[in-house]
Amino acid sequence: MRREVPLAITFITGFLLIIGFFIPHDPIGGLQSMFLQWYAIIAGFTMVLGLMTLTRIHTRRIVKRTQGFGYSVILIGAMLGTLVVGFYSGIKYKGLFELGTPFMWYYNNILVPLSATMFSLLAFFIASAAYRAFRARTIEATLLLIAGVLVMIGRVPVGNLIWNKLPIIAEWIMNIPQLAAKRGILIGVALGMIATSLRIILGIERTYLK
Amino acid sequence: MFLLIFLLQLSPPLNVQVFDTPNDKGKSISIKWKLSPDDSVLSYYEVFRTTDKKHEYYSRGIVLRGLNKFDDSTQDGEKYWYKVRAVSPTDFADSEPLGPVISYAQWFHHKRWNALILGIVFCGLVLWYIKKAKHGGSLFIRKISGLEAVDDAVGRATESGKPILYLTGLSDMSDVATIASLSILGRVAKRAATYGTPLLVPCYDPIVMSAAQEVVKQAHMEAGRPDTYNESKIFYLTADQFGYAAGVNGIMLREKPGAVFLQGYFFAESLLLAETGNSIGAIQIAGTPATTQLPFFVAACDYTLIGEEMYAASSYLSKEPTLLGSIKGEDFVKLIIIIVISIGILLASLSSFGILKTSASNFINWFSGF
Repeated sequence: MRREVPLAITFITGFLLIIGFFIPHDPIGGLQSMFLQWYAIIAGFTMVLGLMTLTRIHTRRIVKRTQGFGYSVILIGAMLGTLVVGFYSGIKYKGLFELGTPFMWYYNNILVPLSATMFSLLAFFIASAAYRAFRARTIEATLLLIAGVLVMIGRVPVGNLIWNKLPIIAEWIMNIPQLAAKRGILIGVALGMIATSLRIILGIERTYLK
Repeated sequence: MFLLIFLLQLSPPLNVQVFDTPNDKGKSISIKWKLSPDDSVLSYYEVFRTTDKKHEYYSRGIVLRGLNKFDDSTQDGEKYWYKVRAVSPTDFADSEPLGPVISYAQWFHHKRWNALILGIVFCGLVLWYIKKAKHGGSLFIRKISGLEAVDDAVGRATESGKPILYLTGLSDMSDVATIASLSILGRVAKRAATYGTPLLVPCYDPIVMSAAQEVVKQAHMEAGRPDTYNESKIFYLTADQFGYAAGVNGIMLREKPGAVFLQGYFFAESLLLAETGNSIGAIQIAGTPATTQLPFFVAACDYTLIGEEMYAASSYLSKEPTLLGSIKGEDFVKLIIIIVISIGILLASLSSFGILKTSASNFINWFSGF
């Protein structure tokens, strides 16, 4: 029963949602949005589960004084700080994200700069990854290097100054070979998704149930 | 003078059509019109309705000039009359009232016939190949080096005495990519449990974390090592994109995993993760259906499962005939798609020379509904 019940639920839900794609009439047509609402409610509750796991793991690290437990202290402190500021802002002001709330200050001055810092690191990582990818050791890598250089130069104003055909070449590379390859992958992805969904609905694919 | 007034009078919207919104679940009436000849001087169009022809019309909403469609919410079964007003800063002109119109729910979405037919063909083929596989038919599946390397990566991490890091991506359980990722995780976890190699799974979503814990636990049981299962190794990190990237990068730099698996749907953080993994010298196997992130993984990882290869992973790794049959069915549909695209190219090329013009447009229109 431990397996049969989830399999039956998966089959019935999947089948109803497929039918719902073709039948707009209620109640079948509205099932998808209803299921999504259920999912959002469950997801909200599972956030508590995530918080509990996070707290348990890091509290244990602090108690046992394992290597790097200082990071756990910062994490627990930041988490509790966010909770306190969040509750305070929620109670005292109309909403958490109202202008001028302490939570909004916390969000704008701590979380946003931290995220921006991580994101900006991407520029350096792109440079190092591009260096490795563009080393012309094989024919494929050489083609990649040529295409990459043409697209990069063609998409900046200096490219047009060097040769006015460069932007056209860059656009051609992006619109013809690049898009064709991308669409090929997307068709494969779509078929893969349908086949996987079919395997799950029919109960052939059960790994997620283990 | 009369002629001047006549010339200055606004023209109302033309050819107004009022009808039940097609292919919906009811409670909606659509109003369409041809733009007024004075559209350029108008401020907007205003849609009016009444439930009784003798009563006054009341406003239901406005549409900016240049636009010619409005969907009105209604009660199914009730009769409605409509008129559309063209409004300029100084004047307005009403169309002739139209009605009665009744809204109702449809039992079939008539624009989805093509999807239904192709869906049935696809499912039929997949099921036929599954049946064939069950009866022992031979199925050839090409070698996927990224999947062949899974065992090698686990082995290498074991030999070097380092843990394995497995990331399921930034999607939730409603994404097929996450489910496919969990299938691969089961295989990796089983192999890791057999060798006694620690497996770390930091999760972006608490539901995925719960599912991953179950998958790893089951893998340990199947490997005959339930005692080595440690639930705290599969943990929730954060649901913030760059917070997650920072957390995982920290884990990589501290724990120095021997193998890193990046399987699932990734976004802008993909390269941050893959490059950090590369910098610590871990063998990396990535897989994602996100076409925008694939180049980053190809550049930074040792192996990359491109799009559908990731979805095929669990079937490929399990070698179960029924699962392999579904991949074969998928390949056959791909062949059909290639044929359809080729026919489309041929017809489109011929129609540009004026040959088979109608056939080409019918063919393309039938498929364009997707």
